[in-house]
Amino acid sequence: MPEQLEGSQAVARTVAACRPEVICAYPISPQTHIVEALSRLVKSGALHPCEFVNVESEYAAMSVAIGASATGARAYTATASQGLLYMAEALYNASGLGLPIVMTVANRAIGAPINIWNDHSDSMSQRDSGWIQLYVESNQEAADVHVQAFRIAEALSLPVMVCMDGFILTHAVERVELPDPDRVDAFLPAFEPRQLLDPSAPVTIGAMVGPEAYTEVRYLAHYKQMQALDLIPEVAAAFQQAFGRASGGLLRPYRSSDAETIVVALGSVLGTIEDCVDQLRDDGHRIGAVGLRTFRPWPAEEVRRALEGARHVIVLEKALSVGIGGIVAQNVHRALEGLPITVHTVIAGLGGRPITMASLRSLCERGLAGTLPDTTFLDLEEALVDAEIGRMRGGRRSGPHAENMLRDVGTVGAAGLT
Amino acid sequence: MFETRFHGRGGQGVVTSAELLAVAAFQEGRHAQAFPSFGSERTGAPVVSFCRIDDRPIRTREPISAPDAVIIIDPTLLHHVDVFSGLTPGSQVLVNSSRSAEELGLGDLCSSHRVARLQVVPATELARRYLGRPLPNAALLGALAAMTGIVAVDSVAAAIFERFSGEVGQGNARAAYAAAELVPPSSGRAAPEEAPGGPTVMAGTSHA
Repeated sequence: MPEQLEGSQAVARTVAACRPEVICAYPISPQTHIVEALSRLVKSGALHPCEFVNVESEYAAMSVAIGASATGARAYTATASQGLLYMAEALYNASGLGLPIVMTVANRAIGAPINIWNDHSDSMSQRDSGWIQLYVESNQEAADVHVQAFRIAEALSLPVMVCMDGFILTHAVERVELPDPDRVDAFLPAFEPRQLLDPSAPVTIGAMVGPEAYTEVRYLAHYKQMQALDLIPEVAAAFQQAFGRASGGLLRPYRSSDAETIVVALGSVLGTIEDCVDQLRDDGHRIGAVGLRTFRPWPAEEVRRALEGARHVIVLEKALSVGIGGIVAQNVHRALEGLPITVHTVIAGLGGRPITMASLRSLCERGLAGTLPDTTFLDLEEALVDAEIGRMRGGRRSGPHAENMLRDVGTVGAAGLT
Repeated sequence: MFETRFHGRGGQGVVTSAELLAVAAFQEGRHAQAFPSFGSERTGAPVVSFCRIDDRPIRTREPISAPDAVIIIDPTLLHHVDVFSGLTPGSQVLVNSSRSAEELGLGDLCSSHRVARLQVVPATELARRYLGRPLPNAALLGALAAMTGIVAVDSVAAAIFERFSGEVGQGNARAAYAAAELVPPSSGRAAPEEAPGGPTVMAGTSHA
């Protein structure tokens, strides 16, 4: 039965339906509502048996999840931004040990400058951590994909990150049909660990491995992730059969089969992009979109198939790899190697800057006209940047960028600088 | 699509108001999306929230820049924040105040045909009377329902009861109906598109 729900509540109730046995968390916006809701479900007994562990940091949150998972418990946590970075070392341990933890990342920018708003800098920074990364477009998909994430994680014995846009999804109240708990039970078999810390059959997990086998252990991590390219679509298909909705998978094309220009993106911005595609289609333009659902493992073949008919591909991404530009775009480039397709990078929505229909439309129109440069920073205030570059050139002691620019835009007063 | 923007201050229920409107629309089987403008959640700081209502699924995620309706929960914002940003001649404006539009310095908003309709409702006063607390949101939603017809006042009341039980729910619902009574209702659901005839009183049914 559909409900009008906040995204965080939808995720919390869906995760509860997946019957995690250990939830450990440290609060950080915009993820906090999720674990708050779960803590209430544990306390009220609605989620039982389950232990909710309040920890003192994200590093501890992931460490508790690792310990719990190694003892055979279904483990869940959630984080964002600096919290994800703070658990970075433990992230690699979770994946390296092959522990099927599921974690929600409520995507948020990374400081400095400190910024609590949405972009994909956090999860993109951990793309090489060995975790499977799934991105969702809506709160319905966020709920559905969490169910799939537990099944994928446990089938492969690998951790899965479900990345949902912080605030834009976590704090949006919209229609969601929560996966029915009985069907979730049928969909998710009991967790049968590949390795188990069990006093009655003692083993060691986490041995030191020298040059004699380290490469082989790492190869296996890659091998298992690449298996997910087959498993993720299978699980999405099984989910659709069980729940009657298409959610998750590797990628989803939108009106792109005959498109000359295709916009590629991840996450909630796809909704606005699809509206934009409809507008431009109404005007007779051959444009479409491809929404990436899985970023790690990278579905190179599927991306190539989805884009091979296009002449221009515009990769719109909410993260920036300083010193090179786009991250998703590099991956798309590689997938399209040898094809006569121009790939444009668009860095958009950093630190919560709204991605508006007007900006998207003008971007797509430039793409269709063939006038889009290799890399675009959407809605960049060039005057603001130029002024700061001017200050840097003007003298050595030009001061901190963030404060200088805030003064220019009038967000902070110019006290002491008359 | 009908888009509403709410202006108030942190602690005044700005986000809850948008959510209640979305739930009211959902109760009527429609699609709705409520979301806050993020970041300034400090008590007393200006806060903006948004609600979209449509008959089909809503995909866009951009903030609302050209609203069909604006609700100003806290009139002290009138001269601090650009609460009228993006208004069109079809827009409707609802202000919480016990003073008149002229006293608030808004007299020319309608006469200059910048908006289709301006309505001032003493929502805080109504909340004090029916709820015993100065929380004007339910009254404003009742007034919005009567003014725009975008949802029925009964649906606003249903959304209130879903969120607040007991006396709090009852008081809020009474405030919503009382505010709706003060507003001449509109005849249709959406904003009047052929609006620029100035402020109009439209015939319609009373939901109380």
